[in-house]
Amino acid sequence: MNWGGWPQFWAMGGNGFYVWGSYGVAALAIALEIWMLARRTRRIGETARS
Amino acid sequence: MSTAIKWFWFSSPQTFYPLAGRIAAACAVGAALLAAAGLYVGFFVAPTDAQQGEAYRIIFIHVAAAWMSMFLYVVMAFWAAIGLAFNTRLSAMMASAIAPTGAMFTFVALWTGALWGRPTWGAYWVWDARLTSELILLFLYLGFMALQAAIDDRRRADRAGALLAIVGVVNVPIIYYSVQWWNTLHQGASVSLTRAPSMASTMLTGMLLMALAFWLYSIAASLARVRCIIRERE
Repeated sequence: MNWGGWPQFWAMGGNGFYVWGSYGVAALAIALEIWMLARRTRRIGETARS
Repeated sequence: MSTAIKWFWFSSPQTFYPLAGRIAAACAVGAALLAAAGLYVGFFVAPTDAQQGEAYRIIFIHVAAAWMSMFLYVVMAFWAAIGLAFNTRLSAMMASAIAPTGAMFTFVALWTGALWGRPTWGAYWVWDARLTSELILLFLYLGFMALQAAIDDRRRADRAGALLAIVGVVNVPIIYYSVQWWNTLHQGASVSLTRAPSMASTMLTGMLLMALAFWLYSIAASLARVRCIIRERE
């Protein structure tokens, strides 16, 4: 797949909003889950020590 | 005989705890590597689709997330049923640990579907059988989590949640076969065991890599969460 440059890659043939809106929100959802898991793990460690 | 003993050994939350940590770490690394490979194939190897142009590239997360949303529900209902039947603590904990990850993938499948529907169908949302049954799946996950959170007694919460999870499993075949049973705007299965896939092999490779990445991610997230639940309850 030859995009011919980064501007063409980000434009996704005029569908950039839909493609990056999908990947962006999916990445955010996964990042949010990892963050919540890390916070939960950390809190258990704090209550265990106190 | 020795394997039977091992299984009972690991069905105790305390002995499972360190093992879950090691498996979660290995799966997290595997998921990151496979996702990197899948995204590379999806964006830099797979060709432009003849009909849909570049919008089709949403497929690499959409299908993988939709598969995981259904698969995780079945696994959740399985552990819930085992917990209900044999009263094993770890099984009920596994069901509770899977639900948030399943809900997350269901949301991602619906969201990416909406953003794919707009450029290809002209609408973000239609009330067709596939989309509606997938939305019900999201409500089942959220209902399971809300029901468990609303009951203070853990054992009662596990039993009530298990019943909801088992009854709700009927929705999974409805989602899967909805594109055959009803006239839907949603396309039929692109990958099936009985016939050749209806797409270029590089597209299929990217999709399977992302599906494997999400699969390993789900194991890692569920096991990390079950470790939290074990420490909170025991």
